[in-house]
Amino acid sequence: MRHIISILIENESGALSRVAGLFSARSYNIESLTVAPTEDATLSRMTLVTFGSDEIVEQITKQLNKLIDVVKLIDISLSDHIERELMMVKVRAEGGTREEVKRLADIFRGNIVDVTPTTYVIEVTGEKSKLDAFLQTVDSTDILEVVRSGATGILRGDKGLYL
Amino acid sequence: MELSGGEILIQCLKDEGVEFIFGYPGGSVLHIYDALFQQDAVKHILVRHEQGATHAADGYARVTGKPGVVLVTSGPGATNTVTGIATAYMDSIPMVVFTGQVPRPVIGSDAFQEADIVGITRPCVKHNFLVNDVSKLAETVKKAFYIATTGRPGPVLVDIPKDVTDPRIKIPYEYPSVVSLRSYHPQSKGHRGQIKRAAEMLLSARRLMIYSGGGVVLGNGSDELTELTRWLGAPITNTLMGLGAYPGTDRQFVGMLGMHGTYEANMAMHECDVLLAIGARFDDRVTGKLAEFCPDAKIIHIDVDPASISKTVRVDVPIVGDVAPVLRELLDLLKSSGQKPDAEALMAWWQRVEFWRSLNCLQYERSNEVIKPQFVIEQLYEVTAGDAIITSDVGQHQMWTAQYYKFNQPRRWLNSGGLGTMGYGMPAAIGAKLACPDREVACVTGEASIQMCIQELGTALQYMTPIKIINLNNRFMGMVRQWQEFIYESRYSHSYMDTIPDFVKLAQAYGHVGMKIEKPGEVRQALEEAFKLKDRVVFLDFITDPTENVYPMIEAGKAHHDMRLAPGTNSARELA
Repeated sequence: MRHIISILIENESGALSRVAGLFSARSYNIESLTVAPTEDATLSRMTLVTFGSDEIVEQITKQLNKLIDVVKLIDISLSDHIERELMMVKVRAEGGTREEVKRLADIFRGNIVDVTPTTYVIEVTGEKSKLDAFLQTVDSTDILEVVRSGATGILRGDKGLYL
Repeated sequence: MELSGGEILIQCLKDEGVEFIFGYPGGSVLHIYDALFQQDAVKHILVRHEQGATHAADGYARVTGKPGVVLVTSGPGATNTVTGIATAYMDSIPMVVFTGQVPRPVIGSDAFQEADIVGITRPCVKHNFLVNDVSKLAETVKKAFYIATTGRPGPVLVDIPKDVTDPRIKIPYEYPSVVSLRSYHPQSKGHRGQIKRAAEMLLSARRLMIYSGGGVVLGNGSDELTELTRWLGAPITNTLMGLGAYPGTDRQFVGMLGMHGTYEANMAMHECDVLLAIGARFDDRVTGKLAEFCPDAKIIHIDVDPASISKTVRVDVPIVGDVAPVLRELLDLLKSSGQKPDAEALMAWWQRVEFWRSLNCLQYERSNEVIKPQFVIEQLYEVTAGDAIITSDVGQHQMWTAQYYKFNQPRRWLNSGGLGTMGYGMPAAIGAKLACPDREVACVTGEASIQMCIQELGTALQYMTPIKIINLNNRFMGMVRQWQEFIYESRYSHSYMDTIPDFVKLAQAYGHVGMKIEKPGEVRQALEEAFKLKDRVVFLDFITDPTENVYPMIEAGKAHHDMRLAPGTNSARELA
């Protein structure tokens, strides 16, 4: 099963590689990993998407907790949460496809953030499944470039990951 | 007090109560070595290779319970410590390793003797630091010792760029008395409710087995374990790392378990209905085939490391905490319960265990012609009255020592159980002897293992650490040869060295006493003579039977009840 693990980690050099190294050393899967500082400059927040059996995910959270730099973590996919990922897609947009691509972007509530006579850059935000669906809808021969941020997420309500 | 970085480091070690530092100087640590030179509170032990420094520090740590401390230079000095750090990591040994680093301005430029040792060691340390400012040095050292010695212990590495120790830059020094890390809170007390559940489960058992590991030694829980085991009356087995935590000569002790464990220990594991696992980690050499591990048992697991619990084997009652206080609480609960283990069930269970024991799985064919390695260990046990500190390298000799030397005390048996590091034994013996100069220290090794850190014979002379080296010389990498015999139809691929040094001359060349023993009748006398030489290192080169194998053996991937016994030993199934 797919799990989204949110981690508060000391904003120290090497902290990211401790996490990444743990996953490679123990052969755990990483679907995506995002990290950025928080409002507290001494802390980074990492969102890690992984998949595996319950036993493996339990080990993953235990091993992450064992890292000295990890301050706190939660598996947000176990509770009511919001997941978002940002994607930018550069597509060939010429002639008849120009209108078609714009319509698709609108359906997915995407924004066209860059326009040239031959290309668009479309920004789409949402859950992984929505972004996947958008990519499947656009004619693959028109796609020039895709960049995705990886998922981030937050718990709904007053529960959450803070100190 | 204003001190330079080099002086701060040495002062921190003094404040930390460090007795010995095992090291080797080099360019990046010269400022530190200069500060070291100007004091004599911290004694420096100059090794011959940095790997030896880590193993010696490890040996010191295992016998004292205090952290071993290492100081080496950057680049190759640092990379040479990796095997020793990984050894300590796998066996949860508290150790603090200081490595020099090239000056901050040139880090990342592929400077001379530069290695990213923080990156290299990241997967095999409990934690590591790069000190990027002299003002953070004292605090970092404090954190390093705190992390290394608390919770599940382990090695911590502190990488110090040369310019951080610049003697011209002095700052006020104060060693922090306490340290708090918001991200690190090792749990020491067990969960009361879980301990209660464990007590109930223990009382309900009809075939209880106790399985304890190195965690009991590291957590100083031997007394509690012994008291609890006696109260419960059940059989107990120790892992390779846990030997000595429960008296090896006690009737309730059924020997080591696992791949080369006793028949009775493994069979009792297989048939128990409740398993009490304490400070053990269900290592693959212990469990054998996971799908058939303790098939009928409910499992209670006490461990300080939550990640060790249900890692490979799902347990029913997990208890996270330090073994000593958890066992004490468990014992108090049991005693105040007004209940006792079912005496009838216990008697029936012991009948079964004694039957397995009666097969005498550790018997071996005696010989008057050729020295049997097991015989040497038995004689060593007798000559040292079972009271020596014994280190070993890795292989057959390690298993025979674990099987035939009955350790009655914790912290007497030092070996690389997790990583299985050949070359560990002799430097570890040196560290142990420095820590316990009044106790006999012997290193049981083989002619292959000993050559991996043989250079430390020089260290042993320089610091007058009169250890005894028991070399079981069978002219083979014995364990490799054994697997090749069993699994590869005796195709002995490169498990034999065409040239082996004359160890007697080698020992003498290093200034020690060397003895070669070729007949069984000479074994006892040689050992007695060696241990009489109180102030000399003695290298005893026993020429042993090259064909001897370690039995019993559970081949990789097989279950506890599927043991290969020594030729001539009947299994219970065969007797039935």
